[in-house]
Amino acid sequence: MATQEPIYLVDGARTPFLKARNRPGPFAASDLATAAGRALLLRQPFAPTELDEVILGCAAPSADEVNIARVAALRMGCGHKVPAWTVMRNCASGMQALDSAMANIRAGKSDLVLAGGVDALSRAPLLFSDAMVLWLSNWYAAKTLGQRVALVAKFRPGHLAPVISLMKGLTDPMVGLLMGQTAENLAYRFGITRGEMDAFSARSHARVLDAQKAGHYGGEVVPLYDKAGKLYAADDGMREDSTAQNLAKLRPFFDRKYGNVTAGNSSQVTDGGAWLVVASERAVDKHKLTPRGRIVDTQWAGLDPAQMGLGPVHAATPILQRHGLGLNDLDCWELNEAFAAQVIGCLRAWDSDDYCRTELGLPGAMGKLDETKLNVDGGAIALGHPVGASGARIVLHVLNVLERTNGRRGMATICIGGGLGGAMLVERV
Amino acid sequence: MRHWNILREADGFATLVFDKAGTSTNTLSAEVLAEFNEALDALDREPPKALIVRSGKASGFIAGADVDEFGAIATEEGAIALVKRGWNAFERLAAVRYPTLALIRGFCLGGGLELALACRYRVAVDEPGTKLGLPEVMLGIVPGWGGIKRLPRLTGAPAALDMMLTGKTVDAQRAKRMGIVDEAVPPRIMENTARGVLKALPAPRKLPFAQALTLKALVRRVVAAQARKQVARRARREHYPAPYAILDLFAKYDGDALAPPSGDPASITTLVRTPTAGNLLRVFRLQERLKSLGKEGSLLPQRVHVVGAGTMGGDIAAWCALRGFAVTLQDQSAERLAPAMGRAAKLFRDRLRDERRVRDALDRLVPDVAGHGMARADVVIEAIFENVEAKRALFADVERKARPEAILATNTSSIPLEDIAGALADPSRLVGIHFFNPVVRMMLVEVVVGTQTRRDVATDAAAFVRAIDRLPLPVRSAPGFLVNRILAPYMAAAFRAVDEGIAPEAIDEAALAFGMPMGPIELADTVGLDIAVAVGKLLGGGGEAPRKLMELVDAGHVGRKSGRGFYTWTHGKPAKQPPGVVPAGLADRLVDPFVAEAKAALADGIVGDADLVDAGAIFATGFAPFRGGPLHYAAGRRGEGTPATVEPVAVV
Repeated sequence: MATQEPIYLVDGARTPFLKARNRPGPFAASDLATAAGRALLLRQPFAPTELDEVILGCAAPSADEVNIARVAALRMGCGHKVPAWTVMRNCASGMQALDSAMANIRAGKSDLVLAGGVDALSRAPLLFSDAMVLWLSNWYAAKTLGQRVALVAKFRPGHLAPVISLMKGLTDPMVGLLMGQTAENLAYRFGITRGEMDAFSARSHARVLDAQKAGHYGGEVVPLYDKAGKLYAADDGMREDSTAQNLAKLRPFFDRKYGNVTAGNSSQVTDGGAWLVVASERAVDKHKLTPRGRIVDTQWAGLDPAQMGLGPVHAATPILQRHGLGLNDLDCWELNEAFAAQVIGCLRAWDSDDYCRTELGLPGAMGKLDETKLNVDGGAIALGHPVGASGARIVLHVLNVLERTNGRRGMATICIGGGLGGAMLVERV
Repeated sequence: MRHWNILREADGFATLVFDKAGTSTNTLSAEVLAEFNEALDALDREPPKALIVRSGKASGFIAGADVDEFGAIATEEGAIALVKRGWNAFERLAAVRYPTLALIRGFCLGGGLELALACRYRVAVDEPGTKLGLPEVMLGIVPGWGGIKRLPRLTGAPAALDMMLTGKTVDAQRAKRMGIVDEAVPPRIMENTARGVLKALPAPRKLPFAQALTLKALVRRVVAAQARKQVARRARREHYPAPYAILDLFAKYDGDALAPPSGDPASITTLVRTPTAGNLLRVFRLQERLKSLGKEGSLLPQRVHVVGAGTMGGDIAAWCALRGFAVTLQDQSAERLAPAMGRAAKLFRDRLRDERRVRDALDRLVPDVAGHGMARADVVIEAIFENVEAKRALFADVERKARPEAILATNTSSIPLEDIAGALADPSRLVGIHFFNPVVRMMLVEVVVGTQTRRDVATDAAAFVRAIDRLPLPVRSAPGFLVNRILAPYMAAAFRAVDEGIAPEAIDEAALAFGMPMGPIELADTVGLDIAVAVGKLLGGGGEAPRKLMELVDAGHVGRKSGRGFYTWTHGKPAKQPPGVVPAGLADRLVDPFVAEAKAALADGIVGDADLVDAGAIFATGFAPFRGGPLHYAAGRRGEGTPATVEPVAVV
C-alpha cells in the first residue's frame, strides 16, 4: 500500500443520546446536529466559515430537512459558501461521512471537513398506507359530486391504520427479516443463549453507568437545552435496574413468543448526533491545529443480509491483516452493539476455525477478543443507536478511550442493515 | 417641483413619486404639501387612468409630518394652519376621479399613513422594515389629517382607536389582516401587485356587521366611552389631553380636527395651549439625541460574549441575539444556563412569531460553559454577581483571552469601574454598559465612563448599545451613576412617608397624580426591596435606613418576587386598597428630592448637560414624560424658562 497522506482527527463532540419514549422527542435531527456542531466549532481556532465542506450521515432525515447536512451547516454559521451534503449507509452513515471526508481530502478537494452523523428516530414519521394514498389521490382528482360520493362509499376505516416507517426501516427488503431476526439467526448459528445475551446487555448498562460516574463522557457530550429551559446533560438510555435478572423477564420482540432477542438485549431507539473535525496536514499547519488522532485505515465489506450482524468481522479483519495485527494487538475496540447476540456472534466467529477458514479465507481462528478492551464504557444497548450517529460516535469514543488509557491504536467497527460492515483503524497522535 | 415627480406611462397609468429634496427621509412639510397640491393640479389637467403614489427614497415611504415645523409653531393660528394644510390636501386626494393606490414600503407613519388612507387602495410590501401607524398621540397631538376619519372605516372603530390611542405600529401582514391595506406582498411582486389591483379595481372591502355598527353615530359615543375608561387607567386627561381629544373627535366630529369650537377640550387650540405636546416633542427629540450618541463608534460588532446567565446576563444575551448578534452565554454550569435559554426561547416566540425566525434567533444564542466564545467576541459583557474580587479575576482572564480590539464591559451597578479596571494590564479598555431591569423593556442603557476609560472605547460602547436598539446615555463613573442616584432620594422620601404612617396607596397615588407611570412603593416592590436597600447603602446619604423597609427585608418580604413587600402580590399584581385622601403636598415631598438630586448629579458632571439628565430620568425611571423631565419641570416651576406652569385642562 503506497504511503497516503495522513488524515487527522482534530476534535469531536456529540449530543447526549436520548431514548425515544413513545412520542416525538424534544429535538429535531437538525437541532441535535446544530447543537453539537456549534459547540465543537466554538472551541476550534478556525472559524466555521473556514471549513471546506460539511458531510453528515443520516439514515432518516425528516421530509422538511432532507439535505440535513446543509441545514445544519447553515444553522451552525458556516455561511453560504461552505458546501454540505448528506450521506446514507444505513447504520454506518456516520462512518461513511468520515470516509467521504477522507476521500475528498486525499483527492485534494478539501483540507478541513466537519463530518459526523445524526438521527432523531423518535421523530420517524407515521405514513399513510398504500391503500390510503390511493384513496386520497382519487379524492384530490375527483371533480364531480358523484365521484366524491362514490369514493366515500369505498372508504374503509382500516385505510387509516398508519405505517410505522421506523419498522419499515428496520426490515431488510431483500430477505424480509427484521434486524432483530438477523440477530436471532446469529444466535442460532453460534449457539448463543438468552442468558448470555442478557448478561452482555447488563454489562453494557453497568459500564455506561460506571463511565458516567467516572466522568468518562464529560469531554465528549455537549449539553442540550430545549425551549422550555430544560437541560439534557447526559445520555438517558442506561438503567440501574437493567440487571441480567430483570432483563430475563422481558418478552422476545422480533420472533414473538419463542425468540431470544428482546428490547432489553437490543440497541435502543434513540435520538443523537456526533461530529468530528477531519483535517489534512495542510489544514493542521495552516490553522495551527493540535490533532488528537489519525484515521489509519478503513474498510467496507459486504455479506449475506440475513447475517448482517457479522459485518464487523468482515470489515475489521482485512484491516488487521493489512497491518499484520492480531485481535488483541489493539488497545481498544468499539464494536457497535446493535444486538447482544450480534456482538457475541462476531466474537464467536473470530474464535471459530470453521468460520475463519470458510468465510474469511484464513488458515484458522483469529482468536478470542479480549472483552476488557471491548466497549469499555458500554455501548448502544445502553446508550442507544441513533442510526446515523453511531458510526461517528464509536470513532470519537475510540479516540477518547485511547487518550484516557494511554493507548495507541483502536478499531471502530459496525454492522450495517442490508448485509454490510464498516471498520476504521484509529491511531492516537 | 423639487419633492414630487410624476411619471407617465404609455398605458395611461401614472406614478407620483415622493423624494423629498435634501434629506434621506420623506416628511410632509408645508412646502411639500404645497407642491403636492401642484402635482394634483397637473394630474387634474391630464387625468391618468390610475395613479400609484410611492416613495423615491432608499428607505421608507413617509415618516410623517415635519416634526421641526410642528415644533416651531408659536401661535394657535399656526397650529390650525398646519392641520388645515394636510386635512385639505388629503380630502382633495380622496376626491379625485381616477383610482389611486399607495405603494407602501418601509415606515408609513402619521401623516404618511394619512396620505395612504386617502388613496383608494393600499399595497404594503411584506418586509421587516414595513411599519404602519399613527403615532401622533405620543407627541401629544392627534391624527388631524384624516386618520381619525378614515382608519376606522377600514378596520372598524375598536382596532382603529387602539392604534391611534397607543401609537403602536403594525407590520404588513397585520395591516392586511386588519384591513388597512388591500395586499401585503414580497418585494419581488410589489409592482405587479400595484398595477394588478389598479387594473382589477376590486370593490372596497365591506366591514363585518359588528364592526360596521361601531361607526354608526350613536354607537360611536358608546365605543368612545368604553375606550375612555381604558385610557383613564393609564393616562389622566389633565396630563395627556391628546388621547381624549382623539376619542372626542372620533365620537362627535368624524375626525375633523378643525371642527370643534375654540374652547372645546378636543380642539387644536387646547392641545397647543397645554405644555404636554411641547414636552412630548422634547422627549422625542431627547430620544433622537440619545440615538445620535451612538453614531460615532467605528466598531461594527457582530459577536457578543456574556458572562453570567442570571436575570440580567441571560436577558442581555437573549436581547442581543434577538437583535441579530451571534451571542455566547457563559456561566459556571449548564444547569445555570438552562433557565436563561428557556427565557430566551419565550422572548423569541413572543417577539418574532415566525417559527423560522425564532429558530434562527435560538441558533444565534450559544450556551458556552467553558467560555470559548470570548476569543472571538467583539464585545464581552460581564454580568456576574456584585463581588469586586470575582469581577477582577474574571476580567484579568477575559483580557488574556479576548481579542485586543474587543470592548470589555461590566454591567455592575455598584462597584466603581476603577476598582475593576485595576486588574487589567490595560485599564483603559474597561467601560460600563449598565442595563436596567427588565432588559427587554427598558430602553435606556448607561454607558459608564471611568476616569481611565479610553474615549474610543466609550464611543464604541455607545455604538454597540445603539446597534442593539437601546438608547445610550454616557455617564461618569460615580456611585449610582445617574439613574439609581436620582431615583434613590425619591424612593427614600416615599419610605419615610410610610414610616410616618401614610398609606402606601396614598403615596403611590400622589406620584401617579403627578404623572409618574408607577408609584414609588409599587416600584420598590417591583425592583425588589433587597435591591432598594443595597442601592440605599451604596449611595449613603444621611440618616438611618427606613424602618418599615428594613422590617420587611429582614422578614424576607422583598417585594413582588417573594409575593409580599409593602403590598401583597398575586399573579404579578399588587393588592391595593383605595388610596383615600392624599395629603396635600405629598407629591412635592416625593418629587422635590428627585429634582434636587438631578441637579446635584448635573453639578457633579455625571452627564454632559441638563437635557441628558432629563433624558435619563424619562427613559429609565419613566419620570412624567409630559413634564419634559425633572430639570425642565423644575425650570418651568420657577419660571426660569419655557414652558409656563402646567395648567390643568378642564376635565370633561
